[in-house]
Amino acid sequence: MLAILRRDFRSYFNSPIAYVLIGLFICIMSLFFVDSLNAGVANFSSNFISSMSFMLLFIVPILTMRSFSEDKKSGTEVLLLTSPVRLSQVVLGKYLAATAVFLVLTAVSLIFPLVLLIYGKPDGATLFSAYLGFILLGMVFISVGVFASSLTENQIVAAIITFVSLFTLTSFSYIGSYVGGLAGKVLNWLAFMEKYYEFSAGIIDITSIIFMLSFAVVFVFLTVRILERKRWSQG
Amino acid sequence: MIEIQNLTKDYGKIRALDDVSFTVEKGEIVGFLGPNGAGKSTTMNIITGFISSTSGTVRVAGYDVLENPVEVKKHIGYLPEQPPLYPDMTVSEFLDFCAELKKVPRREWKSQKKDIMELVKVTHVSHRLIRNLSKGYRQRVGLAQALVGSPEVLILDEPTVGLDPKQIIEIRKLIKALGKKHTIILSTHILPEVSAVCDRVIIINKGRIAAVDTPENLSRKLSDFSRFTITVAGPEKRVREILQGVNGVKEVSVGGKPAEDETSFIVEADKDRDVRRPIFNQLAAAGYPILELKSMNLTLEEIFLQLTTTEAKEAV
Repeated sequence: MLAILRRDFRSYFNSPIAYVLIGLFICIMSLFFVDSLNAGVANFSSNFISSMSFMLLFIVPILTMRSFSEDKKSGTEVLLLTSPVRLSQVVLGKYLAATAVFLVLTAVSLIFPLVLLIYGKPDGATLFSAYLGFILLGMVFISVGVFASSLTENQIVAAIITFVSLFTLTSFSYIGSYVGGLAGKVLNWLAFMEKYYEFSAGIIDITSIIFMLSFAVVFVFLTVRILERKRWSQG
Repeated sequence: MIEIQNLTKDYGKIRALDDVSFTVEKGEIVGFLGPNGAGKSTTMNIITGFISSTSGTVRVAGYDVLENPVEVKKHIGYLPEQPPLYPDMTVSEFLDFCAELKKVPRREWKSQKKDIMELVKVTHVSHRLIRNLSKGYRQRVGLAQALVGSPEVLILDEPTVGLDPKQIIEIRKLIKALGKKHTIILSTHILPEVSAVCDRVIIINKGRIAAVDTPENLSRKLSDFSRFTITVAGPEKRVREILQGVNGVKEVSVGGKPAEDETSFIVEADKDRDVRRPIFNQLAAAGYPILELKSMNLTLEEIFLQLTTTEAKEAV
């Protein structure tokens, strides 16, 4: 598992993809930064980090699109699946590699709060909580992205599936409130964005952490199932 | 070493493999021969655990591929049709990655890596990106990858495809040398490859095994009548009469005239009768010396065509 994690992580940085993503992210966030400063330091955490999370909708599909698709296309999938490594470890290795790149991106984004710390007094606890929410959200998004990339050997298709799924998942609470009834309840229950807002408001709830982590686990598990099913497929 | 029983694989309504059974002993080099789409790659993918069979069992080194896939995979080095390489890594990095995947102990790996790279002759390109290597070198790196961890069984899917003639000869030599330490299954649709490298041939066609034997036995078994050429010093007409007079000879035709008073004949005789002795006696009695006698058994190419085209003939 560690071998795959390391290889994939390095591969992100061997190609321009990681640099472009991080660069682009920081560029756009600096615009949001100025904007959220205008809204006042008091609301900084929730404002600024919410826009960071919004950006994840675009960043994550590009980050995860190559995860399995590229291996399928270049034939290296055979190497991974015929080596004496369990399927779950292959998937976990790939998932953690993408997550590691995401954590690098998160670390770079810490310059914004740092600038703020020099010139003002933001609430450290809220900032921490908001960042925790951001990281958890990223982990959920990445699990969806890795899952999508296990479905197709075309990276563009993988990215589009990821974007559409993420967009749908994040709007569950809106849809839920319109639909009402049992379906609405289910949608509301699944709406992890609600959980995420709690974090950005400075509320760290252990059930929310568990909820979001389980969401990621479910998608990692589904990815394993997809690869397994392919092995058994009759077509 | 490898036991395959009643292997069947369906792709939807298409039956890619139909009740295939065979065993491979330790240390054997077995050639898997068949036209494109006969089921060679499917069989290999099943043995390596990349895809699963619809029914039937595969055992490698005593482990069942379904019950104990990780153990089976530990014993196998696999070179698929398309060598599985990461273009953004150097040869050296890639082999390190494979060693890590296959959990080769670090102490052993350093010397093993050196040996493997020397064996497949990639040492001088070890620091180049795989992306920039030629097809021949990629194939070698693919082979190196299969050798990582020194697995007992090597499964090579068309290892010489796309190489130039010189490289093909080199790779064949290499495979032959590897056969001393490893059990090897290799697939090919190039016939001379089989007679050059393999101890045993499995001919597969339309998902079924058409024949299993040594290359020599196959050609002996399959010749419908014994054919040979005979060169005799003497007048063509007279010699021909003598040959045709021998009991068991079915047909005599002139194959050529190597010299003024010498003639080569192609003789076809009954399968179960050895006509060589009577021919010698009669020609000797007539005073015409035999200069050459050579058997003309079917080449593998001819056998292959016979085995794989019979159905087509029946249809006509």
